[in-house]
Amino acid sequence: MSTIQTSAPQPRKSLWSKHKIFETNSIILILGVLLVVSVGGLVEIAPLFYLKNTIEKVTGMRPYTPLELAGRSIYVREGCYNCHSQMIRPLRDEIERYGHYSLAAESMYDKPFQWGSKRTGPDLARVGGKYSDEWQRQHLAQPRSLVPDSIMPGYPFLAKTELKFEDIDSQLKANRVGGVPYTDEMIAQARRDLVAQATPDDPGQADLEKRYPKAQSRDYDGDPKTLTEADALIAYLQVLGTLVDFKLYDDKANIR
Amino acid sequence: MDSKHIQDVDAVTGISTTGHEWDGIKELNTPLPRWWLSLFYVTIVWSFGYWIVYPAWPLVSDATRGVIGYASRLTIKEDLAALTKQRAAQASGLTDATLEQIKSDPAMFRIAMAQGKAAFGDNCAACHGVGGGGAKGYPNLNDDDWLWGGSLDAIHTTLENGIRVAGNNDTRISQMPAFGRDGVLKRDEITAVASHVRGLAGLSQEPKADKALGAKLFQENCAACHGDGGKGNKELGAPNLTDAISLYGMDMASLTETIANSRNGVMPAWGQRLDPVTIKALTVYVHSLGGGQ
Repeated sequence: MSTIQTSAPQPRKSLWSKHKIFETNSIILILGVLLVVSVGGLVEIAPLFYLKNTIEKVTGMRPYTPLELAGRSIYVREGCYNCHSQMIRPLRDEIERYGHYSLAAESMYDKPFQWGSKRTGPDLARVGGKYSDEWQRQHLAQPRSLVPDSIMPGYPFLAKTELKFEDIDSQLKANRVGGVPYTDEMIAQARRDLVAQATPDDPGQADLEKRYPKAQSRDYDGDPKTLTEADALIAYLQVLGTLVDFKLYDDKANIR
Repeated sequence: MDSKHIQDVDAVTGISTTGHEWDGIKELNTPLPRWWLSLFYVTIVWSFGYWIVYPAWPLVSDATRGVIGYASRLTIKEDLAALTKQRAAQASGLTDATLEQIKSDPAMFRIAMAQGKAAFGDNCAACHGVGGGGAKGYPNLNDDDWLWGGSLDAIHTTLENGIRVAGNNDTRISQMPAFGRDGVLKRDEITAVASHVRGLAGLSQEPKADKALGAKLFQENCAACHGDGGKGNKELGAPNLTDAISLYGMDMASLTETIANSRNGVMPAWGQRLDPVTIKALTVYVHSLGGGQ
């Protein structure tokens, strides 16, 4: 392969001339590439899992109630995250429009998080309480009846589809494996809690509120007789961004 | 293979080759342009400076903070403080002024209108429409017809505490019974009342409906809140039924639905989301649309 033609001086045997090892051995090249690429992840991502100050100390965060969790599954199933983010960035105009910027603590029980990367529609990180249940209901069924310029598709079937929740306790269990602190009691009572939250005057609501402070119980979809997917989704939307008590939040301790 | 590799210089360009040869074609070992290489080294040196100046390296329990103390959350805090200061300068006194004072002072009024209009677009337009025109179930704010009162104070209270907000003790609250669902009135009785309500507004009545029964049932069931003549009661958010303005429609189907299942519209309490000055500005803006009363 090599040709010997002229008698120039021998090249220096410094480190800089060792690249031939990589260039002539594909396995070593691949290992080298992997090593270099992983540096970014090791330096920028891995530390977030052990650094104590990644997640702020806040008051009020709790795991989703079974009904909210079921609603979240519908949110994911329908691909809402394709057009809606749940991440208010620390920028002036975003805070003016949506409220306090999102904290890491606010999505610590989201497995996986719904931050999203596309805003065809508005950010939903703090949509909880911004509109009435009836508005949400009508808007989900027929967005343009309320917002004439909206390009959001309608989801009228949600209010007509009964919520399937036989496996809700398994969903809580799966979330626990992912690190959400659901207790055995919460898992055992999951189905009961789910029904209680969507049924007006259900006697189980006191227990629900003990397990999930500030849980709002009411008929979300305007149809007290049936528990529909709209009940679950609206319950989820109405809790978004409302849990952290910002009166007790110490922003100075969380400057970074 | 080429421990005895010897540099091979291309005769035409005077540049050495890599020693690789394919069918007599040799690969030139052209060095990288000096200016490019220099820039590359500069970026490496730059990164060392960056590590020192800005937050960079993760350590055991924290990350290096950088000598200038930059933090995005600090920056946004300063940004917002600057905004507040700028607004305070423009709208001097908006914080302390009463709603009446804001309305009568042209300078303050102009600022409040501008700020109110922006906040309206972000927060209110989704229900009440961009121009405040409303929709079925969401009041039109341009007419001087108010469920809970259209004075500056009444609008301010509604904005601050909302309507039928769960968990808010100061919210405006009332509950119309669901006469059909709760079994208070039968189907034909509801039709009679609905027809009577149409009559109150000067609209044509349902020919099949029992007029006397409708009037009687209205007195028994509706007059307590809506008044004997159906003029409504703003203390209870009970709408005036005698004007042609209706939130949920005055056709028989809508009225039947309203009486059978009731309507209890909810408006969020903005005091929990917006700062007091914004609420004041919104009040003045909304009042300018159709306030009065």
